[in-house]
Amino acid sequence: MSSHYEAPIREPLVIGDKSYHDISVEIAAPVLGKANKSWWIVFSIALVAFLWGIGCIVYTVSTGIGVWGLNKTIGWAWDITNFVWWVGIGHAGTLISAVLLLFRQKWRMAVNRSAEAMTIFAVFQAGLFPIIHMGRPWLAYWVLPIPNQFGSLWVNFNSPLLWDVFAISTYLSVSLVFWWTGLLPDFAMIRDRTTSPFQKKMYGILSFGWSGRVKDWQRFEEVSLVLAGLATPLVLSVHTIVSFDFATSVVPGWHSTIFPPYFVAGAIFSGFAMVQTLLIIMRKVSNLEDYITVLHIEYMNKVILLTGGIVSVAYITEYFIGWYSGSSYENYTYLSFGAATGPYWWAFWALITCNFIVPLTLWVKSLRRNIMWTFFVALVINIGMWFERFDIIVLDLSHGRTPSSWAMFSPTFVDIGVFIGTIGFFFVLFLLYARTFPVIAQAEVKTILKSSGEFYKRMRAENGDGHVDHVEQYPASAGPSTNVKHKKGEEDFNSLDTDVEKDDQEIRSNTEGLLDSQLKKDQVEAMLARIGTFDPAVQAQDNLQKITDVGPLMEQNLHQLGVYTYNQISNMSLQDYEVLNTIIDSFGDRARRDDWATQAANLKNN
Amino acid sequence: MSGKVLHALYTDDDLLMQAVKETRKANYHINEVFTPFPVHGLDKALGLAPTRLAITAFLYGITGLTVATLMMNFIMIEDWPQDIGGKPSFSFIQNMPAFVPIMFELTVFFAAHLMVITFYMRSKIWPFKKAENPDVRTTDDHFLVEIDAANHDVDRLTKFLYDTGASEIKLIE
Repeated sequence: MSSHYEAPIREPLVIGDKSYHDISVEIAAPVLGKANKSWWIVFSIALVAFLWGIGCIVYTVSTGIGVWGLNKTIGWAWDITNFVWWVGIGHAGTLISAVLLLFRQKWRMAVNRSAEAMTIFAVFQAGLFPIIHMGRPWLAYWVLPIPNQFGSLWVNFNSPLLWDVFAISTYLSVSLVFWWTGLLPDFAMIRDRTTSPFQKKMYGILSFGWSGRVKDWQRFEEVSLVLAGLATPLVLSVHTIVSFDFATSVVPGWHSTIFPPYFVAGAIFSGFAMVQTLLIIMRKVSNLEDYITVLHIEYMNKVILLTGGIVSVAYITEYFIGWYSGSSYENYTYLSFGAATGPYWWAFWALITCNFIVPLTLWVKSLRRNIMWTFFVALVINIGMWFERFDIIVLDLSHGRTPSSWAMFSPTFVDIGVFIGTIGFFFVLFLLYARTFPVIAQAEVKTILKSSGEFYKRMRAENGDGHVDHVEQYPASAGPSTNVKHKKGEEDFNSLDTDVEKDDQEIRSNTEGLLDSQLKKDQVEAMLARIGTFDPAVQAQDNLQKITDVGPLMEQNLHQLGVYTYNQISNMSLQDYEVLNTIIDSFGDRARRDDWATQAANLKNN
Repeated sequence: MSGKVLHALYTDDDLLMQAVKETRKANYHINEVFTPFPVHGLDKALGLAPTRLAITAFLYGITGLTVATLMMNFIMIEDWPQDIGGKPSFSFIQNMPAFVPIMFELTVFFAAHLMVITFYMRSKIWPFKKAENPDVRTTDDHFLVEIDAANHDVDRLTKFLYDTGASEIKLIE
């Protein structure tokens, strides 16, 4: 028997008195429920931004790259800034799912699904920019090493830009299969919970027919571990290679050997900031505060502190080396006195304030655990990291080696529009994801419930560490009743039984209230004769609320009439619906509209 | 496999582990176990052989490395050698450092994708595959053990399973 011990000093990762079933219900809720008004409002805004971006992309492609603010000196600006920004954001997901898996960090399980989703959606946005910048995106396949009509003109494998193609497409596709493989058991959970035939079909396809055999799980865990082992160097390589785009050049400020590690740290820094931004909203909107707790937010803030610290050290190093080299060409690199006081001073100070000064507040524990402050800091870091890339690219190019070609860059509305469009696209994807995907890896959270759940931790605190939830060492000797795990204690269990009996008595008396005439009584008796009666001694009652539009009140009414099982409802005909209609006031025509009998038949056969 | 099996449902993972151990000790044959999440140590308790997927990943990785090496050697060295920035491409070894990023990426690409495809094939999961868990609750909070009942007294086996803590037992003919 595996031990579920975890040091009591560790705060619980799952809050509340949760059972495995509660986890399924709460994580399936946003998918099975309906979208609320605020979701539609945000979605509409994102969609409008996305469409605006598409308009700008179409304008760029049909007119030419000249519609951007680029000039002869500054040939890379917003597009590459946005590209690097999005790729960087895409680093947190795989870091959480891969690196933290290797380090056996349990808190990753509540956030990895959404972080990976964010990764994939962010890399989509990143990929758009180089493709648009090609000017003729329909020729994008030229970056692939395929035999072609120009003799043997191959792509150049010495070029960091081509390395980028391989790195980012590998990263995107590996992240995608990692994500999807982890999703299979959770899609299967939704497939088995939903009562809508359409959802059942869709999630059946998405779950690839996952059945949860023990051998499947063994393979699943091995695959996750090996993928994590592969993705860890992969995630480090991707931003390393992105930094090579700059570091292998001879532009002052770009030609820097510390770029690879510093870019990777910066990517994780900005990625975690975006994860915080999204999850702080999502945990609220989807009621997942019990799973994504303040502790999770604090842990992520600690990663932000670490990577932000690395980035800050890199800034200081760059600044120092720029000055110490004594080279006049280093006088206007993005971290130098020249940059701090020159025409781009605002961009320089935006970088320093957003990435260096504001994140320092997270050293204070009360601020690190303050959700509003964390959200603010995360937004500031998102902005700061955009400025970091803008500074590296535009500032370094603007004051190059030849003073006669110094120039400034100003974006046009198309530059800005394309960027806003990708933000819109990103949020469209993320909002759709939040409504249709299980946003927390519920199967994995269930594995840590007994070690890190608040309820189980409290049980251990009360009963001692040796206590193992109600399981007798030799159950066969003590009889079955001692073994069946029940969340409540023995006495509660007994009282539950008597409750049921009391309910039965109440039902009989309550029936009088609903069946106020002899005619109605006869009708109900006739109906029960048709659909079958319920005998509590031999049958178990079903959860009627799984049927569409049956709420607690309707279920209670049905119980009062003696309807307890799917079997009974599946036997109902139009005649029986009529009877229900006359007896239950709030009934309306719901049964006919939603076809309760078919639904119940499906549920019964499950 | 003969037709008659018993489905025993458990509601707790620790209870399941214990039941599986006792069932095996009593020499009953467990055909299959369906669980909603990975129960650590269950594969060992059932006597399953360890999976060899990690080995395949290693082999696929080597394949990817080989593909990358052969591809870049052909393209950059044999088919169309060029003098790029005063660094001529006439020898693979001398030019190899520039090829390391792509050799690495393709190693990972091949290892990851082919391993996942192998996993899907071996576990027989793919789009449009129908799920085979006998009870929908096995993806929620129930653990189902399928026990071969063909050559056993069903009543005794049922009693035994009941004593191991099964909350529901079904006979499937």
